[in-house]
Amino acid sequence: MSRGRLLRGALLAVLLVAPFVPMGGVRQYVLHVAIQIFIWSFIGQAWSLMGRFGLVSLGHGAFLGVGAYTTTLLWNFYSLTPWIGALLAVAAAVAIAVVLGIPCFRFRVVGHYFALVTLAVGEVIRLLIIAERDWTGGSLGASLKTAGTASGLWTLQFADKRVFYYASLGMFLAGLWVWDRVDRSMARSALQAIGEDETAAASVGIHVTRFKLGITVVSAALTALGGVLYAQYISYVNPDTLSGIGVSLKIVFAVVLGGMYSLMGPLVGTALTTALSEGLRIAFGLKFLGMADTIYGLLLIIFIIFLPSGIYGSIRNAIRRRSGASKTAPA
Amino acid sequence: MLELSGVTAGYGHFTALWDVSLRVAEGEAVAVVGPNGAGKTTLLRVISGLIAPRSGGIVFEGAELAGHAAHDIVAHGIAHVPEGRRLFPGLTVVENLKMGAFRPSARARYRESLERVYTLFPVLAERQKQRAGSLSGGEQQMLAIGRALMSQPKIILLDEPSLGLAPVMVLRVFDLIRRVREEGYTILVVEQNVRQVLKLVDRAYLLEVGRIKMEGRAAELAEQDFVRKAYLGV
Amino acid sequence: MDPIFLVEAAINGILLGGVLALLALGLNLIFGVLDIVWVAYVDLVMVCMYAVYFFNVAFGWPIWAAGLVSLAAGALLGVAVHLLIISPILTSAPINQFLATGGLLFFLQSAATFLWTTDHRTVRLNLPSYEIAGIFLPATRIIPFAISILAVIALYLFLTRTYIGTAIRAVSQDRDAMSLMGASPQRIYIVTSAVGGLMAGLAGALLIFQYSVHPFFGGQFGPLTFMICVLGGLGNMVGAFIASFIMSEIIAIGGVVISTEMGYVIAFVIFIVMMFVRPGGILAKRE
Repeated sequence: MSRGRLLRGALLAVLLVAPFVPMGGVRQYVLHVAIQIFIWSFIGQAWSLMGRFGLVSLGHGAFLGVGAYTTTLLWNFYSLTPWIGALLAVAAAVAIAVVLGIPCFRFRVVGHYFALVTLAVGEVIRLLIIAERDWTGGSLGASLKTAGTASGLWTLQFADKRVFYYASLGMFLAGLWVWDRVDRSMARSALQAIGEDETAAASVGIHVTRFKLGITVVSAALTALGGVLYAQYISYVNPDTLSGIGVSLKIVFAVVLGGMYSLMGPLVGTALTTALSEGLRIAFGLKFLGMADTIYGLLLIIFIIFLPSGIYGSIRNAIRRRSGASKTAPA
Repeated sequence: MLELSGVTAGYGHFTALWDVSLRVAEGEAVAVVGPNGAGKTTLLRVISGLIAPRSGGIVFEGAELAGHAAHDIVAHGIAHVPEGRRLFPGLTVVENLKMGAFRPSARARYRESLERVYTLFPVLAERQKQRAGSLSGGEQQMLAIGRALMSQPKIILLDEPSLGLAPVMVLRVFDLIRRVREEGYTILVVEQNVRQVLKLVDRAYLLEVGRIKMEGRAAELAEQDFVRKAYLGV
Repeated sequence: MDPIFLVEAAINGILLGGVLALLALGLNLIFGVLDIVWVAYVDLVMVCMYAVYFFNVAFGWPIWAAGLVSLAAGALLGVAVHLLIISPILTSAPINQFLATGGLLFFLQSAATFLWTTDHRTVRLNLPSYEIAGIFLPATRIIPFAISILAVIALYLFLTRTYIGTAIRAVSQDRDAMSLMGASPQRIYIVTSAVGGLMAGLAGALLIFQYSVHPFFGGQFGPLTFMICVLGGLGNMVGAFIASFIMSEIIAIGGVVISTEMGYVIAFVIFIVMMFVRPGGILAKRE
């Protein structure tokens, strides 16, 4: 579809030029929102690598938190460059994924049990962060030590938001690429087979544990990277915003609302939920603390009840119905 | 008493029954036989309301039942003994029977029904407090039938009562069904074991690939050449 | 360390376990029947705790009356949640079910923040503390424990001796078969949700004895409740009961030996390990 290509190219061009378009005083805010959307879409994309194959994790906050805190604390205490910090963060997240994944998948922990085990892991990380308040800062969080004059590529701290904009855009596009590669790979068919019927898949020789573990590791690593960039951008980490059930649910919400099975689903969902929460925050401001989130929660409930396949899925179903009932062969 | 006309039903895109029509008169014992996958289980599930038919009518004692929910249909007096018994494994024998009498009208006659069931199936009285999951296959079938009787039914639907039972138990189960029949209950039974069931019923229908291929008096059907070859192994 | 602290911690663990059991059993009851995890269950408890607070502190009602309000509120909320949120998603994919009740979690926490601010509220109860052999046992812990044990017994009797209770057990074992018995699934779901909500209300009334309530109370006990349920085997009532005490003991003793938070961490880690040893829960039969 060359028209699609053209459209995407145009969109990309727009995104690349956007930070330089004059928009007056709103620029900083727009960039801020865009960066958030890109980073959280990237994280959502990472989650969906597992979610689309039936591996529903409610504990991705664990990987996020580990990613963010590793780089932050290593920088704060040892002035270790976030580049190496990121490698260590990914290693830590992968370690957790492996330690969690091997027994889970070998012992067929699936469905509700798997979701709740991942929830437990997310909470363990959150509680650990709070418990070790001496060096993590506990519930109050920790600020990223400013690099001052050393700000720049090596320390991954930039005064200019636009750098973060391009960094997050780049990361987001990289995430799309990974998603696409997985989608086209043999692994995808194997994982779909596993998702539909594990026993049947195993009986045709698919190494269930290996595939599940593989995708979990990729998902964990990417999530951790997302956490790293987020921490570098916001310059502040907090156990409640970066680990635990709250953030884990938010990630899942955004992806499911956008459409768990499509490439752009996470972006659509994240953009929507971000726009929604920002809009509500602006509307209510500090006047009624909590009102914005109350409506947000209510809307989430309504959305999930009435749009169970997410936006993408619902649009796709509507189109399918419009073009007439398909004559599919009997099961 | 029960009449199906032109019932078509299935699961999702798959159609299991095509334009099925049959009748069961009061006091009759009717069988639906046919090979595996013919749609026999679907037929009973449609009657008892677990599945809604896509088209066609189901009339029971003058009332149109198609599309009604299962728990409403039971109120009309239709008891369904499902395939595989579907007992409540963690509940005791007497608790299972209690659940059979869930409907208020059945609950009022609970004591009476229980006595009746215990008289028909003394084994159940012995094993009252035993967990249903720990009963033998034959005992489970008895309990399943007994549970259906507790609802004061007007018609009993039996789905493959001989399934999974040892040959000796199969004979006993059919014997029990005969006794139930002698108590005056109307019965519609689907079975793969054609020989045994044809000895038990008045009339039978042959269901193949979702369509009624034949119907007639049981004795006549047993005589049919191809029935004998295909199903009776003669 | 003075062994007396360990003994005291162990006893406190048991006392806490009683109330945790209420939470776990309530959640498990609903899961067993409906096959849905109410992610926002402990947030319902939070709302009921506020009810107790307001009726007792603001309106001046005696604590037992406020407790009754909590029970009623819990039951009503349970039914409301079922009708408004659960019913529409009964046949949805599990992930949507998690998200629906997860959305409820956000909603309740935010609504509570909006209505009542993030201030911690406590109910001031002047209850004595008893000392036995050097161990301090405050009535604020003993009374909730005693009541929760009575409630568990009452629940047991309800589930085994009453018609509807047996029906609830039956539905959790085979839903379709129960509708063949003439039982409307919707009606049984409503009763189950009401009972589950009632237990949440009771748990709330008992928890306010010892803990202050604030909008994020669910964050404290929610995940723990899920862990207990899974540890005992989702839907397994006896398992949940036992698991409640196992977890509460670990938390209590870990709390005294290391620190309160580490107590929770250890409990969760042990939970995760147990999942690998016994994936179906501690009482599951080995495959």
